[in-house]
Amino acid sequence: MSIFIDNDTKLVVQGITGRDGSFHTTQTIEYGTNMVAGVTPGKGGQTFEGPNGQKVPIFNAMDEAVAETGANTSVIFVPPAFAAGAVLEAADSGVSLVVAITEGVPVLDMARALAFARDKGVRVLGPNCPGLISPGKCKVGILPGQIVSEGPIGLVSRSGTLTYEAVFQLTNAGLGQTTCVGIGGDPLIGTNFIDCLEAFEADPDTTGVVMLGEIGGTDEQEAAAYVSANMSKPVVGFIAGRTAPPGRRMGHAGAIISGSAGTAEEKIRAFEENGIAVAKRPADLVGLIQDALK
Amino acid sequence: MDIHEYQAKERFRAAGIPVPPGEIATTGEQAETIAAGYGGKVVVKAQVHSGGRGKAGGVKLANHAAEAKEQATAILGMQINGLTVEKVLVTPAEDIDTEAYVGVLVDRKKQAATFMVSAEGGVDIEHVAHETPDLIRKLTVDPRFGILPHQAFWLANFLYDDPGLIKQTSKIVAQLYDAFINSGASMAEINPLITTPAGEVKAIDAKMSIDDSELFRRPDVEAMRDSSSEPESEIKAREANLSYVKLDGDVGCCVNGAGLAMATMDLVKYYGGEPANFLDIGGSSNPDKVVAALEIITSDPNVKSILFNIFGGITRCDDVARGIVEATKRIDIKPPIVIRLTGTNEELALEILKDAGFSAYTSMDAVVEKAVQLAAGEA
Repeated sequence: MSIFIDNDTKLVVQGITGRDGSFHTTQTIEYGTNMVAGVTPGKGGQTFEGPNGQKVPIFNAMDEAVAETGANTSVIFVPPAFAAGAVLEAADSGVSLVVAITEGVPVLDMARALAFARDKGVRVLGPNCPGLISPGKCKVGILPGQIVSEGPIGLVSRSGTLTYEAVFQLTNAGLGQTTCVGIGGDPLIGTNFIDCLEAFEADPDTTGVVMLGEIGGTDEQEAAAYVSANMSKPVVGFIAGRTAPPGRRMGHAGAIISGSAGTAEEKIRAFEENGIAVAKRPADLVGLIQDALK
Repeated sequence: MDIHEYQAKERFRAAGIPVPPGEIATTGEQAETIAAGYGGKVVVKAQVHSGGRGKAGGVKLANHAAEAKEQATAILGMQINGLTVEKVLVTPAEDIDTEAYVGVLVDRKKQAATFMVSAEGGVDIEHVAHETPDLIRKLTVDPRFGILPHQAFWLANFLYDDPGLIKQTSKIVAQLYDAFINSGASMAEINPLITTPAGEVKAIDAKMSIDDSELFRRPDVEAMRDSSSEPESEIKAREANLSYVKLDGDVGCCVNGAGLAMATMDLVKYYGGEPANFLDIGGSSNPDKVVAALEIITSDPNVKSILFNIFGGITRCDDVARGIVEATKRIDIKPPIVIRLTGTNEELALEILKDAGFSAYTSMDAVVEKAVQLAAGEA
């Protein structure tokens, strides 16, 4: 099994005609995701040509796309100024999962969009995230399909490329994944560590979880407490940013040590105190999860 | 982005908050003239992007214009937490009865703007929150409705007993929320919010941080940027849309993705080196961005080796490879470069690098170890 996406996922791409939207739509189709529609206002009626000549219909609006194709998941590649609007539109269209890839969305816009989506019962992943992939079944977002493989590990991360790094090493060690989820590097995100841990705990095929955190905020600390209180499956972790200076934003809008809060040390301590083995470098994750699964 | 007190006060005034007048001086003479205009008794306040200005001696009371000149002359040029004071705000001294705290910030856990008020103003609010949380009242605002009148009243009512003060403060709370939203802020605070013997409520200090993601649509706020305290390389990086933080080490790092960039820095340290910088070339990177990144990294004289760690997802490895090839043609790069590329379009990238005479690694540990050795002159 997998979490959040599977063979029943019917995907619509918001911003399908843009540079990144079209590139990753092609990659996503190649991976085998059931791509049913694209949305770009003003380009309704056109079609997106897939890598093997598939024709993906383009609609002007999400409600049309959902009504015509039965899409149940959307992925957003629109520019920052319009991304929160795209989340609102998606949350109002009938899909149950909205994956926002866009980086640089104004935080106050997201506060509104997330509140709206919550009331609608729609899960938002991101923004500023790489999306998720259930190897062999479905990919939504920008995670490179060639580095994942099917297997028993669940992976959840605040970062994009660090996720690829960890997945790549797991795959090379023969440890496949049920689902890899990038939850995003922004201060306000729709799906947090605990949401993913809960789903992995409930997923019968997942036997262990790798959790990749970073400096800033308290999400990892709360997740650590959740693990010791609620999880029967082993969890191992890594925290990026041991060398990050306080008060400076390290790329991700949410990766900042405020005063003395949100440091790597604090998060590592929280992991260790709650029985989560912490890797000193990404390459050590494989050994840790192998030990934990014994 | 942080803005100065005098700039935050402009935003507050525009929202209707009662803020005493004030003018900026860059010399003692200017401060004297401004003070004379206010009748002599003023406060001279250092304008730097740092807390603890008062403790550092950057805020002084002057009883007459000549004293304002002396105070300003002493404060200008002073270092506060490593930042040089280049401007002072000269503002009339107020008669203070009480000092309170009113602030609003984006609460990550609540995922919305959250107010915090306390009758214990004029002090470090984090300290109050930690030691005496009962003295603080908090309220999370539903972003779809904004702050509602009864909520503003509920906050003001926690600070004062006097109906007149409560009424004025309710209005200020709502106005502060407007200033916060209309500036695209991540934090706005009044500390202290004072009451005067005449029964007025005024904001005599102001602090505001802006969400960087808001700046593209707020040119009036962007215009408030003061780059004077930023290193040249960080200004250049921002102009090139690169996320860069200068550090003190000698291994220059160029990585795609913030998490991997941090992990790469950490790994440099793990192998006994020191990172010279954090640099995320971001998603959708084009060759020009890589050129800019290399220019910024090589402008740091401490850099002894340059390390690329690229894992392609949204970033296409061939773009980065082309950028590296182009940059090495355009600029003379002295430190040795080691490259790790893997992911989207990796075959194409490796071909481009091979044709240009570069070799590329596929393991992150191997490339980092190599870069550390090169910086130490061991390879």
